[in-house]
Amino acid sequence: MSVLQFAALLTHRIIPCLDVKDGRVVKGVNFVQLRDAGDPVEIARKYDAAGADELVFLDISASHEGRAIMRDVVRQVAEQCFMPFTVGGGIRTIEDVTNLIQAGAEKVSINTAAVVNPQIITQTAQRFGRCATVVNIDPKRVPATEFFEHRRALGLPVEGAWRTSDGRTITADEATDQDVIFEVHTHGGRKPTGLEATDWAKQVVELGAGEVILTSMDADGTKDGYDLEMTGAVAAVIDVPVVASGGCGSPEHMRQVLTQTRADAALAASIFHYGTYSIHETKAYLAQAGLPVRMVEAV
Amino acid sequence: MIGIIDYGMGNLRSVQKAFEALDAQAEILTSPEQAPQVDRLVLPGVGAYADGMANLTRLGWPAAIRDFAATGKPLLGICLGMQLLVESSQEGAASPDEPVKGLGILPGRVVRFTCDAPPLRLKVPHMGWNTLRWDRPDPLLAGLPQDCAVYFVHSYYVTDVPDDVASAWCDYGGPFCATLWRDNIWATQFHPEKSQRVGLHMLRNFTQVDTLIGQA
Repeated sequence: MSVLQFAALLTHRIIPCLDVKDGRVVKGVNFVQLRDAGDPVEIARKYDAAGADELVFLDISASHEGRAIMRDVVRQVAEQCFMPFTVGGGIRTIEDVTNLIQAGAEKVSINTAAVVNPQIITQTAQRFGRCATVVNIDPKRVPATEFFEHRRALGLPVEGAWRTSDGRTITADEATDQDVIFEVHTHGGRKPTGLEATDWAKQVVELGAGEVILTSMDADGTKDGYDLEMTGAVAAVIDVPVVASGGCGSPEHMRQVLTQTRADAALAASIFHYGTYSIHETKAYLAQAGLPVRMVEAV
Repeated sequence: MIGIIDYGMGNLRSVQKAFEALDAQAEILTSPEQAPQVDRLVLPGVGAYADGMANLTRLGWPAAIRDFAATGKPLLGICLGMQLLVESSQEGAASPDEPVKGLGILPGRVVRFTCDAPPLRLKVPHMGWNTLRWDRPDPLLAGLPQDCAVYFVHSYYVTDVPDDVASAWCDYGGPFCATLWRDNIWATQFHPEKSQRVGLHMLRNFTQVDTLIGQA
């Protein structure tokens, strides 16, 4: 047995997220010296060189052709970037999963399909392992009364006790407009599912998810910081890695979510893409604050 | 020429491309008959242990891998490939007394991280960048600093490894064995092909590992 003393812990991953549509990165990436600001492979190489710990590609193509192009993008990234990456968006069937893994994706992230057909989580885990199976959960705060209406409209039972955003439990009969539930949504926050986020998180882990990307639909795009209350609530009930997402506007926001919740990794898009903060600055800030992060070593 | 064993467990392209990025030729081997023709052999892999072992057996790889190891030419197991090189695994075992048999080329057995030991509540899988430490010089790690970080993603790890086979260690709820080395056989629990510059450095070392022995 080793008697070595370790200086560091498992580090927090800092993950840029790229939205890709029909093979092109959208929402603009404003790196210096980028020949083609829309080329996902070139952007991935830049982030690889900059010391990003992992990348998430979100395919937002609406068409079949767009998703076929995505497979090619994945293949090229896998061949040119020697770092881990996850691909999500548009995954509907186990065949979609297989295509992306065979193209070289380390992990696939399933969102809507997991809600519509939870068996896809188990199928993915059985075929490619839990370690490759990521589920996206997109919670949004809704008044409890609305939440129960959503459940009724979807033909789901409303009996039992439900967790409110402030950590109490209520029944459908007790619910008032003052009570808030973290309700899972799909379609970028537009479609309610009637699922309560902490319940759903426990379920996806039981079904085979090895990681959860948790995106607050309330915080997403605000740059006001991650939803600490929601992230804290969900991360507290599962023992797989959690990636906090939605709302990041600064390294301080990352520090908050990584210290005040059990989130393991922090995902951000625009602060990196627009060059507001570099990966290095972000990690240096976190390291200064005493968090374990991987500073890229010179070899 | 480096041969990468294709036994239907995950994508092998990134391992191949990583070697190619280092100007080392690497080809994917689909048949055990190709093994004697390569100078170096890599057993990569992700997925379930029992599936991995069943696939190797069905394709006739176990004898070919043992024969290759016996020639003294360098052999490298990565992730599931490391675990398959040792004696057995708890993963998919019918009971703790009947573990799934591995290749048994190196000593050790595979067990799961336990996540319920308070106060840690360890998350499983162990996923992300973690650091290595070692106290005996391993040519695969030559030129790398202690505490360099590599990318792990696994729920099981190799234990009961003798001191002269364990090489580098990592800490996740306690120390566990991150690399193995005995004679001409190396294994890494992490993914060098996903570990950016540090990982590529190790793969480069592997392409010339015979010349590095004794220098590390």
